[in-house]
Amino acid sequence: MDEISYAPAEGLLSFTWALIALPALGAAVLLLAGRRADKWGHWVGVTTIGAAFALALGLFGSLAGLENKSAFLDLFTILSVGGLDIEASLLFDPLSAVFCLLITGVGFLIHVYAVGYMAHDAGRRKFFAYFNLFAAAMLILVLGGNYFMTFVGWEGVGLASYLLIAFWQLKPAAATAGKKAFLTNRVADVGFLLAMFTMLGTLGTVDFAGVFNGAASLSTGTSLAIGLLLLAAACGKSGQFPFQTWLPDAMEGPTPVSALIHAATMVTAGVYLIARSNVIFSLNPDVQTAVVVVGALTLLFGSIVGCAKDDIKRVLAWSTVSQIGYMFLAVGLGGGAFALGIIHLLAHGFFKAGLFLGSGSVMHAMNDQTDIRRFGGLWKKMPVTYATFAAGWLAIIGLFPFSGFWTKDPIIAAAFAREGWQGWVVGGAALLGAALTAFYMTRLFVLTFHGPKRWTEDVHPHESPAIMTGPLVLLAIGSLAAGGLMASPVTTWLTPVFGEQHEIHGHLSHTQVTVATTVAVVLGAALAWLLFRNGTDEVPRAAAWPVRAARADLGGEIVNRGLFERPSRLAASASVAMDGRVVDGAVNGLSAAVGGSSRRLLALQTGFVRSYALSILSGAVIVVAALMVVVTQ
Amino acid sequence: MSESQGLQIDWAGLAPLVIVFVAAFAGLLVEAAVPKARRLPIQVALAVAALAGAFVAVVLNADKSGAVFSIGGTAIGSVIIDGPGLFLQGTITMLAIVAVLLLAERRTVKGGDFVAEAAVVADSAADVEQRREDGATEIFPLTLFAVTGMMMFVTAGDLLTMFVALEMLSLPLYLLCGLAKRRRLISQEAALKYFLLGAFASAFYVYGMAMLYGFAGTVDLAGINQAGVSSGQPRMFLYIGVAMIAVALLFKAAAVPFHMWTPDVYTGAPTPVTALMAACVKVAAFGGLLRVFNVGLSSSAWDWHLILTVIAVATMIGGAIFAVTQRNIKRLLAYSSIANAGYLLIGVIALGEAVGQTMFYLAAYGFTVIAAFAVVSLVRDGDEEATHLARWAGLGKKSPGTAVVFTILMLALAGLPFTSGFTAKFSLFAAALQADELGLVIVGVVSSAILAFPYLKVVVLLWLNEPAPDAPTVNLPSPMAGTVVAAGVAATLILGIAPGFLLDIVDQASTFLNT
Repeated sequence: MDEISYAPAEGLLSFTWALIALPALGAAVLLLAGRRADKWGHWVGVTTIGAAFALALGLFGSLAGLENKSAFLDLFTILSVGGLDIEASLLFDPLSAVFCLLITGVGFLIHVYAVGYMAHDAGRRKFFAYFNLFAAAMLILVLGGNYFMTFVGWEGVGLASYLLIAFWQLKPAAATAGKKAFLTNRVADVGFLLAMFTMLGTLGTVDFAGVFNGAASLSTGTSLAIGLLLLAAACGKSGQFPFQTWLPDAMEGPTPVSALIHAATMVTAGVYLIARSNVIFSLNPDVQTAVVVVGALTLLFGSIVGCAKDDIKRVLAWSTVSQIGYMFLAVGLGGGAFALGIIHLLAHGFFKAGLFLGSGSVMHAMNDQTDIRRFGGLWKKMPVTYATFAAGWLAIIGLFPFSGFWTKDPIIAAAFAREGWQGWVVGGAALLGAALTAFYMTRLFVLTFHGPKRWTEDVHPHESPAIMTGPLVLLAIGSLAAGGLMASPVTTWLTPVFGEQHEIHGHLSHTQVTVATTVAVVLGAALAWLLFRNGTDEVPRAAAWPVRAARADLGGEIVNRGLFERPSRLAASASVAMDGRVVDGAVNGLSAAVGGSSRRLLALQTGFVRSYALSILSGAVIVVAALMVVVTQ
Repeated sequence: MSESQGLQIDWAGLAPLVIVFVAAFAGLLVEAAVPKARRLPIQVALAVAALAGAFVAVVLNADKSGAVFSIGGTAIGSVIIDGPGLFLQGTITMLAIVAVLLLAERRTVKGGDFVAEAAVVADSAADVEQRREDGATEIFPLTLFAVTGMMMFVTAGDLLTMFVALEMLSLPLYLLCGLAKRRRLISQEAALKYFLLGAFASAFYVYGMAMLYGFAGTVDLAGINQAGVSSGQPRMFLYIGVAMIAVALLFKAAAVPFHMWTPDVYTGAPTPVTALMAACVKVAAFGGLLRVFNVGLSSSAWDWHLILTVIAVATMIGGAIFAVTQRNIKRLLAYSSIANAGYLLIGVIALGEAVGQTMFYLAAYGFTVIAAFAVVSLVRDGDEEATHLARWAGLGKKSPGTAVVFTILMLALAGLPFTSGFTAKFSLFAAALQADELGLVIVGVVSSAILAFPYLKVVVLLWLNEPAPDAPTVNLPSPMAGTVVAAGVAATLILGIAPGFLLDIVDQASTFLNT
């Protein structure tokens, strides 16, 4: 494979850093100006993101004119450890360019929408500050020129999303969700850190160019380890199996947050990471299989649970989990499918942001209710929201000629093209997922906008103001058209990153797959239409076990408990036994009443000096004995 | 006596030690000569001036390398001035200035957090009486004596000098631990425990020193290293000596299984003293470990590598897991200090590759932890510190400023980017990789992920819980404690965002003399 090298940035491209600086500046102004900025603060947020979008377009244009299709910018040395220098470097290449456009473009629309959505919220200024902070961190993530910078952005978006989920601090559910998101992400971050340290240990660098060029010389075990560690990190950030449960819970945050962070951008960071590391993943078929398995499992998982949820935002959240599963599947398949994953990601950014903002508009009209069983017949009351939501719905289920058709179908085709029985299994899963997606999205759409009204008595639905519907319309246009317009040019555009694409041949021809998918989608949608066109019960009915399982997140919580809670509790009790002290409950659960017992606990100091001295003595004996053993060998 | 035969002393090299030492004696005279009411400002000014002067003297010595004492041109290795020694001395003096300011805080507790006599029976009439009085000012000369010991400890070139320094830094600390004005009994218990166990550890040290002398025929570190290659004595002496010395030093550094005193002493001691121990003593202890293993024992690295690795792993994992269940903020910080000792041990094991990064870590950690303890001393239930975590719930709503500061400190301890905690850990681990310690680095990463949980729980508690109706008050700090917090947070952020300048300094200062 060719040596990978990045050309130094020149001209306009040497201002790539301003992409990050603009939203960061906005955040700084909003946070430092304090209450004075309450009146106009949100416009600072909108303007800086808008400017960043304009700049991103300019940079995109400059990049297109370059032969090497890359611009590398060294800003300063962050750390220098012995012979190792870690630079704050930025890389603007076709891959980061499309991400920048997505983040700033969709981010701008969501910012505008949020001006209206958060109009009556006392903390709007702080909200926009965090929002801008998030955008800056996300741009660091995709622009970083080495894994270190990517990691800095990676942690930054985690922190910002934590702040934004927990934005409505008074909702205890939001607090718990914020905590869950952060803890899950920390577990996954260990994967990223270990991957980085493994690269440092074996290749002595974390620069993209250095790692990719050296990757071929790695032993199979090492490349497997790095790949799996990166995959673990990606799964955590993107809510993929087995880390999927935090993502739907994160919907407790304000809706624009869900749209930007948990639909369009941050959750796709995992896909970015794998796509960026395509050289490493392509090296090792076992890692690729792992990615494919994760993707296929998650896309089914998400779509099954999505069928059973009655909360409009949760359905969309599980659908996000499932759609990202498709992207993982694509980047796991490798080769030409890398680009397919990215294209689906871009299209998804449009339609999912549109759907989330649409759901926000519906909630706005329905006194912040989210239960689709209490909606119905809204199409007459809010025509713009209805039309734009319909666009998103058509795009996500992937009917010809809408967005999803151009981006999801090729992924399904590529899945069938995998060699041997795996192709049938994975392709079948992807096809089934498409049918399920059509089912639950149609169910959501029909229950919300059609059928009889099942409103609670105190709601008076109305269309949202223009500042909210404007972005909806633009996103709807994007949803409908993006897939078809982007599919071919973006593939070409990404060639410098992923290499030449080869025609995919497999078990089924592209036409056969298209026909099969269309049939599956139409069947799924028709079934949902038949079942739900006359509304649904307003309380859940007793249901057969598959539905109950799906309502319970397919046991996701149980897995969660087994994977995280139980080990930590075991560790806790071990620690108690060692520590000789009584510990009750979790920190948060402790009520203020326990305050008094702290004095009692301290009065009960049981730590005897003699046992401490014994510990030192036995330690010393062990040290001496161990030295002897080492030496006599 | 001619010049060439007499004892020559490099006074400039000795100046940092001398300044602090002399100031400590001057402080004793102040206690004797100045009326009680006027002692405090004089003592604080004296201590800060002495430490600042010592820092300047350290900076002026920057390019120096060599023994302070020599006879007839032959160096005597008792006090060695070299890069690491100077950097650590500088770090200790800077941290000590901050700690002295915290000791001088008088607004949060009227009259200060200290009593004059440690040994009075707790809650007896005399004890009740002395608690009513203004705090003792003897703490400042005591602190200066301890700091002298620490500064000597990191520049000691032979085991004997090192032992004197060890005792000199320990004895005043034992006393300081027993001086808390509130919860006298626990404070006395802490002092006694620390003293007994410290004495026990010192015995190990002396025994180890004797063994090494038997092996090498010298207590000089460079000489011991030489003997590790060439001595004809049975190596048994070397092994027992190494083990014993290591036990004593690891005790001071709070490594598992020699850590048991740490939570009790950290909880019982007055919080400013705990801050002094967590920051300055940690620097001194690891300064000593770095010097002993780099200068004295690098030739026998193969022998002790395994056991030190085991101890490092036990310390990292043990400290982190113990920390998870802590309900008391001071105990939490104590266990985190144990886990951090584990990360620092990686730096010791990596020898020459990681000396600079270990020192960077020490400086970064010291500032963060001192500020954290300063915040702890501000949050109070009436007269007492509200150390139980449940009492901290909802602090973000009542006093957002304090909560923001504490959040930054917690995130730094959890090792998030843009804080000194991240840069310090990353560069230390990266350096350890260059010494082929991948296994230790993996354990370190996993351990710091576990350790992040309790810190983040505190953050969650601060911001996302409702404050209790009788929630503790956050006292407005006087300029003293205010400066401490500000300095700690500033260092935490600066070393997180632009650590380059300090990393350059430690890089240049990372070579021990005689290695």
